[in-house]
Amino acid sequence: MSTISSISRRDFLRTGGAVVVSFTLGGVLPARVRAQETAAGAGLGKPVDPREVDSFLAIHADGSVTVYTSKVDVGTGLRVAMSQMVSEELGIPVERISVVEGDTAVTPDQGGTGGSTGVPRGAVEVRQAAATARQALIGLGAEQLKRPVTELTLADSQVRPVTGGQGIAIGALVGGKRLSLKVDPKAVLKDPARHTVIGKPLLRPDVPAKCTGQHVYVQDFSLPGMLHGRVIRPAAIGSKLLSVNESSIRDIPDVRVVRMESFLGVVANDEWAAVRAAKALKTIWSEWQGLPGSEGLDRYVRQSAVDRDEAIVDRGDPSRAMPAAAKQLSASYTWPYQSHASLGPSCAVADVRPDRTTIWTASQGPHGMRTNFARIFGIPQEKLRVIYLDGSGSYGGNGNDDAAADAVLLSKAIGQPVRVQWMREDEHGWDPKGPPQILDLRGGVDADGRIVAWETQMWLPTTIPGGRALLGVDAAGIAQGHGQGAGQISQNGDPPYTASNVRVVVHWLKQSPLRISNLRAPGKIANVFAVESFTDELASAAGVDPVEFRVRRLTDPRGLDVIKRATEMIGWQARPSPNPKRVQGNLLAGRGVAYVRYKQAENYVAMAMEVAVDRASGKISVRRVTCAHDCGLVVNPDGLRNQIEGCILQTLGRTLHEEVKFNQSRVTSVDWATYPVLTFPEVPSVDVALIDRPELAPLGAGEAATAPVAAALANAIFDATGVRLRNVPFTPERVKAAL
Amino acid sequence: MATYRLRVNGRPVTIESWDPAQPLLYVLRNALGLHGPKFGCGLGQCGSCTVLIDGKSARSCMIPVRQAAGRAITTLEGLGTPDRPDPVQTAFIAEQAAQCGYCTNGMIMAARSLLNEMPKPTPEQIRQRLAGNLCRCGTHTRILSAVLRASKA
Repeated sequence: MSTISSISRRDFLRTGGAVVVSFTLGGVLPARVRAQETAAGAGLGKPVDPREVDSFLAIHADGSVTVYTSKVDVGTGLRVAMSQMVSEELGIPVERISVVEGDTAVTPDQGGTGGSTGVPRGAVEVRQAAATARQALIGLGAEQLKRPVTELTLADSQVRPVTGGQGIAIGALVGGKRLSLKVDPKAVLKDPARHTVIGKPLLRPDVPAKCTGQHVYVQDFSLPGMLHGRVIRPAAIGSKLLSVNESSIRDIPDVRVVRMESFLGVVANDEWAAVRAAKALKTIWSEWQGLPGSEGLDRYVRQSAVDRDEAIVDRGDPSRAMPAAAKQLSASYTWPYQSHASLGPSCAVADVRPDRTTIWTASQGPHGMRTNFARIFGIPQEKLRVIYLDGSGSYGGNGNDDAAADAVLLSKAIGQPVRVQWMREDEHGWDPKGPPQILDLRGGVDADGRIVAWETQMWLPTTIPGGRALLGVDAAGIAQGHGQGAGQISQNGDPPYTASNVRVVVHWLKQSPLRISNLRAPGKIANVFAVESFTDELASAAGVDPVEFRVRRLTDPRGLDVIKRATEMIGWQARPSPNPKRVQGNLLAGRGVAYVRYKQAENYVAMAMEVAVDRASGKISVRRVTCAHDCGLVVNPDGLRNQIEGCILQTLGRTLHEEVKFNQSRVTSVDWATYPVLTFPEVPSVDVALIDRPELAPLGAGEAATAPVAAALANAIFDATGVRLRNVPFTPERVKAAL
Repeated sequence: MATYRLRVNGRPVTIESWDPAQPLLYVLRNALGLHGPKFGCGLGQCGSCTVLIDGKSARSCMIPVRQAAGRAITTLEGLGTPDRPDPVQTAFIAEQAAQCGYCTNGMIMAARSLLNEMPKPTPEQIRQRLAGNLCRCGTHTRILSAVLRASKA
């Protein structure tokens, strides 16, 4: 019952004919997608130029407001935070604001969602547009009310005299019409002392639907005539497809096989038929053994070809100062490849038509996807629309972009909309990974305990501009001229403390054995793990309490504040590590601290932890975590806490358990048994203190609190055991071996 | 094609399937349009596909449709709606116990099953019961608070 469609690369890239097929709605569409269709279809000709207010905001005749942004809410609470900032400027209740995210046809391009930029860039830009609109609305109201603007205010959805009296609803002033205004970077924001919406723990609008099965994820999205696709990945990463035996799936109804060189997929009307067929289809692949294997990866990384060395911090001369130091230490720290390990595997729907292509994706970068896919597939940008829909948490660049490319390849080949849902082994096995990191540290303190020399060397895969190679495109033999990158992975390699003679050198490696991408707080967790562990090692060598050692070398009052709060909350008792009273029966107990100024320029975070280590099993129990967090203005304290809690717990899992395993051919940790994450019995109590700075701009919070987690844990384990763990993950086997 | 009769969210339904081994999850999501249960692993490891079968939590990715025949299935949609939520759903909303929300279905269904058996669980019993339900966003403490809150409702 299967038919095979062998398609040449040339056929694929040839421009389609002039057949116009109109896009019909149906299937499962979330309310906001329907709203987007209406907006686009109503001939508003909505601008997307980020210099225009109308690109960010539409004020409707009923006084409700739609906000347009390329930043997407991947479960972070961005939607409500952004609405609060607009509400504050426009005097409109949050419930009357809806947010359209990441639709290349209607949202301005404010960049992808990453690096904790949702609030500080995305929402701040939208707010500036709203403040500009506010000025304009008051001006319009002044004309109609025949009163000077200084006597008017914008509140309760109307322009009205400050002293009270008759006003005009903003829907009546401009509803449904374009403002045709440039965003005024000088439009004055509402005085923080008068905030009534910002700073409130408003509930997220998506949570009730998520708790009742009503929320439409990309995994739930469907179109009329849509087929279900699955892609058969090669037996080894570099294998070529030699042959396919279609008769092996003869018993499965209505399945079509699509092959383009080594890209192999199946499509079926019934999803289960596609799943069965993908599993049953007999294939022969060429041998390939091009990976070093995850065992002994550190050795391989150190010997890898270096593209260039870069001194990213170069102050004084540590090599000269080091020998003169009273105490000298050196240590090496390693971090493994880790997976985004999204709970729901990546998914996308593509509808490739002769005249236009639409992709529904949970990618964090819909605009970047449009640029990249337009180039790769030879589609003019204006004929390619990418629409974001919520997906399973992605934490950076998971498999979403690859799944979208798979869906485009299959839809184009079949001529119908295709939904590609990755299976578990696809996501764990084939998502691009957070890169491994190796850090060598050397430091010296003088007789008075001052840091007189510090040197960090890092080994990291280099950044090559351009999108990362897409799996399906590569397999199909389509040229894609890709780059390589995993984000700003070299930051926070120097200590945030007073130190003379500091040098941080990055050995940028030409390649990475596994494909890489941004994974939450790229690079920073491992860098802070090394820097803050090593700071503790220096403190211990100097016989000084870890908190005292830090605060003596810190001058920034915001940094001092968070350390004070986090350590007070855990009841920190000042003494050097290790803990002299650490033995509690078979358990060893201790506490640790770590501090970061995220990216050396953003959030201040301090974290303290209490742990117990079971001597017999090597199992680590984290009992308690306290965290103090300063990200400037707090927009929504509950959403912020949720993010910080998530940062802490996810990173505990990354530190305790997570390591991508691979042999010479492929990734072998392809499910939750072989790639475990944090589970409920391991969850500590978590206390978070927010330090609000209403006079400052808000920073993002999706990443910063991840950065001190591994270091605080390692420092607590040292306090409990007297043993320093320098290789993540801290598995029971490693702990037992170290004890 | 074989047909299977089951009750889903209180209603009798007849399902046609070409494969008696087709997991219940695909029947619920595709034939019945019930998207509460989610595909997470297809291996019974993560819990995101959890439904109630005769009041007890079960992994719908591991239950062949033939085994579901004759049984009463409840999905997240059948538990309650935004207007008439189950107390567990109310508690999850009150605690804002979701980030991406992909695991939420499994958490709520597992919690409902636990509270059906044990109306007043201790925090430790809740942890142990949810040990096989994975959350990748790190929303665990809120989920635990929500289940505790529901047990007191």
